[in-house]
Amino acid sequence: MENTNTKRTVLVTTVCLLVLFALVIALEQMIAPTSKWAMLLTVIKKGSVYALVAVSMNLLNGFTGLFSLGQAGFMLLGAYTYAIFTIPVENRTAVYQYFDGGIIQFCLPWIIALLLAGVVAAFFAYLIGLPVLRLKSDYLAIATLGFAEIIRAICQWDKLGPITNGSNVLKSYTRFNSFKIDLGGTTISLATLAPVAIAAVCILVIVLLINSSYGRAFKAIRDDEIAAEAMGINLFKHKQLAFCTSSFFAGIGGAMLAMFAGTVQATQFKSAMTYEFLLIVVIGGMGSITGSTLASFLFIAASEWWLRGLDMGKFLGIEAPDIFRNGFRLVVFSVIIMIFVLFFRKGIMGTKELPDLFKRRKKAEKEAAE
Amino acid sequence: MEFFHTNLPHLLSGISVGGQYALIAIGYTMVYGILRLINFAHGDVFMVAGLMMVYLSAALPLYITIPLVVLLTALLGFTIEKVAYKPLRNSPRMSVMISAIGVSYLLQNLALYITGGLNQNYPAIPWISDTVTIFGAVTKRVTIITPFLTIALVVALVMFINHTKTGMAMRAVAKDFETSQLMGIKINHIISMTFVVGSLLAGIGSLLYFSNYPGVTPTVGAMPGLKAFVAAVFGGIGSIPGAVIGAFIIGICENIIKGAGLTTFSDAFTFVLLIIILVAKPTGLFGEKATDKV
Amino acid sequence: MKKRILAFVLALCMVFALAACGPKTENNDNQNNNSNTTDEKVVKIGIFEPASGDNGAGGKQEALGAQYANTVQPTVEIGGETYKVELVPADNQSSNDKAPSAAQTLISAGVSVVLGSYGSGVSIAASDIFGDAGVPAIGVSCTNPQVTAGNSHYFRICFLDPFQGTVLANFAKENFSATKAYCLAKLGDDYSVGLCNYFMQAFGEENCVYETFPEGTSDYSAYVTNAKNNGCDVFFAPVSTEAAALIIDQAVAQDLGMPILAGDTWDSNVITAAAQGKSNVQIYVTTFYQEGGNAEFDEGFKAYLNSDSTAMANNGGNDMIAATSAMGYDAYFVALEALKAAGSTDPAAVMAALPSVTYEGVSGAIAFDDVNGDAIRDAAYVKVCNTETGTWDFVSVQGID
Repeated sequence: MENTNTKRTVLVTTVCLLVLFALVIALEQMIAPTSKWAMLLTVIKKGSVYALVAVSMNLLNGFTGLFSLGQAGFMLLGAYTYAIFTIPVENRTAVYQYFDGGIIQFCLPWIIALLLAGVVAAFFAYLIGLPVLRLKSDYLAIATLGFAEIIRAICQWDKLGPITNGSNVLKSYTRFNSFKIDLGGTTISLATLAPVAIAAVCILVIVLLINSSYGRAFKAIRDDEIAAEAMGINLFKHKQLAFCTSSFFAGIGGAMLAMFAGTVQATQFKSAMTYEFLLIVVIGGMGSITGSTLASFLFIAASEWWLRGLDMGKFLGIEAPDIFRNGFRLVVFSVIIMIFVLFFRKGIMGTKELPDLFKRRKKAEKEAAE
Repeated sequence: MEFFHTNLPHLLSGISVGGQYALIAIGYTMVYGILRLINFAHGDVFMVAGLMMVYLSAALPLYITIPLVVLLTALLGFTIEKVAYKPLRNSPRMSVMISAIGVSYLLQNLALYITGGLNQNYPAIPWISDTVTIFGAVTKRVTIITPFLTIALVVALVMFINHTKTGMAMRAVAKDFETSQLMGIKINHIISMTFVVGSLLAGIGSLLYFSNYPGVTPTVGAMPGLKAFVAAVFGGIGSIPGAVIGAFIIGICENIIKGAGLTTFSDAFTFVLLIIILVAKPTGLFGEKATDKV
Repeated sequence: MKKRILAFVLALCMVFALAACGPKTENNDNQNNNSNTTDEKVVKIGIFEPASGDNGAGGKQEALGAQYANTVQPTVEIGGETYKVELVPADNQSSNDKAPSAAQTLISAGVSVVLGSYGSGVSIAASDIFGDAGVPAIGVSCTNPQVTAGNSHYFRICFLDPFQGTVLANFAKENFSATKAYCLAKLGDDYSVGLCNYFMQAFGEENCVYETFPEGTSDYSAYVTNAKNNGCDVFFAPVSTEAAALIIDQAVAQDLGMPILAGDTWDSNVITAAAQGKSNVQIYVTTFYQEGGNAEFDEGFKAYLNSDSTAMANNGGNDMIAATSAMGYDAYFVALEALKAAGSTDPAAVMAALPSVTYEGVSGAIAFDDVNGDAIRDAAYVKVCNTETGTWDFVSVQGID
C-alpha cells in the first residue's frame, strides 16, 4: 500500500513537471519579445528565481525556526561566483577594464559554475554558522544581516578588483537568453524554460529533504528546541545542515538572478532584498513550500507588471497623475504587506501545501458520498 | 602635536556622530528591554523626523517647527506601537519583528512617494549650524554641542527612570512582564511611554544629525539605525548608559577607520564588531545576564 | 478552519482581481491605440530614465529635454506619412536590478527607439534586453565606455569618461598647478569609480589619494579631513548630486581650501543651490552644454518650464537649464532623424539607419563613429559655480591635445 502510494506520487510529480515544462516551451514560442505579453515571460523567469530563494529561506525560517536575514549575502556570493567563472576569456579584458583583464583566465561551463555558486555560498554559510548559529532568534537575525553587509563591502573592495572587478559590473557571461537549441533550422529559445527547470529541480530537492528524517528533525527543532534535544536530535548539527542547505540554494538563486539580469553588481544585494524575500515567505505562509512559490510569482507579477500603472498615472482605467505618480506602487505594496502581517498572519497557505487542499476536498466528497 | 592636529577633526566628528547614535540607540535599548523586540522601524522614525522638519519649516517659523517636530515624532512612535505591535503582543517574537520590518518598508516607501526619491535639503538652524574653530579645527557648532546635549538628556532620562513612578514601572516591566502585570501596572500604558520616550530622543537626534549632514533621503535612517542597534548590543541591550557608551565608541572608531584610509570598510567594521560581541560576550559591556540569548 | 478558508478565499480574490485588472488596463491601452491609429499614426520613443533613487534628479532633467523637444516637434515624417510621436517613460529607479524589467516594459510597449539613461550602470544592465529585442538605444549622458563597447545597438551622443577624465586632469594641472589630487568615488558605482580611474591615469596615479564611501553615507567630514591632511591641491568628486550637496556642505563647514572638480553629473541646480552664499568653495565641472549656447533653445525651454508646474518641479524648482536637458533635447531630434532616414518605425530599420545619422544639435554637431557608435566629440565645456548668484559661469572649452 505504502509502496504504491509513493510510486503514484513520483508518477504524478513527474507528469506535472513535464506538462509544466512543455507549457513553458509552448508559451515561449507563442509570445514575441515585442508583444504586450512579453512581460509574462519576464515574470515567469524572475518569479522562478525568487521562488527558489524564497523556498530556501522558508526552509530556514519556516521549517527550522532559525530567523536568518543573510539571504542577500549568500545570493551575492552565488551571483559573483557564477559570473566570475563564466565570462568568456576573450571578453575579460573588456569587463575587467580597470584591472587588466583580471587574474582568472579560464571559463567554466555554466552548469558547473552554477553548482560552484551553491557550493561557495554553502561553504561561507558553514564558516559563519560555526559561531553564529549558537545565537537565538533576533540575535541570529541581526548577526546574519551584518554578515551580508560585510560580504558586500569585501566584494566591492578595489584590492580584490582582479577577481571581483571591484565596484564595477560583471557582464557578458552566459545568460538565460543564451539558452536555445537548433532543430533543423528553427531555433527554439529555452530562455524561460531554463530558470523554471532549474528552480523546479532545486525546489524538488528541498521538498525531498523536508520529507526525510532530517526534515522531521528540523520541524522538531522549530517546535521546541529543548524537547528536540531531549529526543536525541543533535541541535547544532541539524541547524548547521539547514543553514548550509538553505545557503546553497540561495547561492544558486543568486547565480540565476545573475543569469536573468545579465549584469552583476554588489550594490543590488542590499538588506532590502532580504526583506523582500522575508515578506514573500510571510505572504506565502511560513512553512509552506507551495505558499512561497505562489507568493513569489504573485509578488513579481504585481511589482513588475500589474501594479506598474500605479506609477505611470493610469490604473484600472482611472487617470490621476497626481496620485498615481512615482512610488505609489510601492506604497500600495507595503500596505498590502502590512495587512497580511497584521490580519492574515498565516499567509496564503499557512503551513499547508497545495496537494493538501485537494486531498481534503476528496476526503470531504467521499464522506458526503457515504 | 602634529598627530593631534591632523586627527582632531576625525575625533570631533566621531564624538558628534557617537552622540547622535546614542540618542537613537536609547530607543532601541528601551524597547528591547521591555518587549524583547528589535524595532527595525526606529531608524525610519528618525528619517521621518528629518522629513517633517524639511516640510514644516517651509511653512512655519523655526521656534514652532522644532518642538512640533519632536512632538510629532513621539506621536509617530506611539502610533506605530498601537497599530503594528500591540495587536501582535501574544504572537511569536518572529511575527512582531516581521511587522517591524514591514513598518520600516512602509515608512521608506511613503517617504519615497512624497519626496519623489529626491534628496531634500535640511533647513539650516541659525547658531547651531554656524561654523566655529577650535584648536585649529574648523567645524560646525552642532558638532561641539551634540555630546553635551546627549549627556544632559541621558542624565535626565536616568533620573526619570530611577526616581519617578512611571520609571519604576518601566523597570519592573522590563524585569518581568507578567508579574508586573499582576502587580497592577498598566503595561500597555508603560509600553506606549517607552515608545514615546524613545521616539522623542530619536527626534532630537535627527535634529542634530541633519544639522550636521543636511540631506534627507528615504533610506537615510537605515544605516544610523543599524549602527545604533549595534551600539545598544555593544553596551549591553537594556542598559541605557551601556547604549550611550557603545554609541560613542562606535562613532569614534568609525571615524578613526575612515581617517586611516580604510573607508571601504567603515560600515562593515560595525558589523564585524557586532558579530564578535555576540559570540564573545553576548551580554555586552553592561548587560544583565539573560539566559534566552544563547 | 473557517478563518483559513476565509484567508484562502481572500487571497484567491486578490489573485483574480489582480489577474483581471492586469490585462484590462492593457485592453484600454489597446483601444486608445486603435482610436489613435484611425486618426493618425503613432511612433513610440522610449524614455529610459531614472525618476527615483540616487540619480532621480538628473534623470528627470534629462527626460524634460526630450519632453520639451516633443512639444516643439510633436510629429515626424516617416516614409511620406505623418506620425505622431509618443514618449513612453519607464523608471529604472537608478538601480541595476530594476533596469532590465523597466527596459522590458518599454519593449512590450512597442517602442521604435529608446533614449537614455542618465547613469551608465543602468544602461549597461539594460543593454542586453534592448539587444535581444533588436531595439536601438541612444545614450544621452551615460559616459562609461562599457555602454557602447562590443555591441551594435547602443549609440551615444555625449563624450566618454576617458576623455572627460583627461580633460579634468589637464585642467587641474594647468589652472591650479596641482601636484596632488584627492579622488572620491562611491563604492559600487560605475560612474564615479570609472571617472576617478581615468582621472588618475591622466593625472598620475602616484599623485592621487583615492578613497571610496559606502552607499547611504551622510557623514563626509572624514573625507574632507583626509583631503586636507594629505595636502592635496584639488578635490575630485564625480559622485551623484545627492552626495555632492553633503560634500559641499562639509567642505564649507571645514573650510576645505582647495577647488572641487567634478564631471557632468554636478552640472545641476542642486549643486548651485548647495553652494550659493558659501564664499569659501570653488566648484568646477565639465559638461556638455553651457546656458547661452543657443538662445532659441534657452528661451523656449525656459518658457516651457515656466508654463508647466510639473516640469518646473522636475527641474528642481527653478528654470535653470541643466546640460542633460539640452542633451535630452538633442537625443530626441537624433531619434527623429534616424526614424526619417529609416523610413519605417521598425526598430531594426532604425538601428540600421542610426550609424549614418548626423545632426546639428544645440550641444554641438553630432555624428557617430564606426567603432562603437559613440558620438565624435572633442570638446567639453568647463564651468565654475558662482557662489554669489548661484549660477554657472563659463570658464573655457577644453579638449585634449
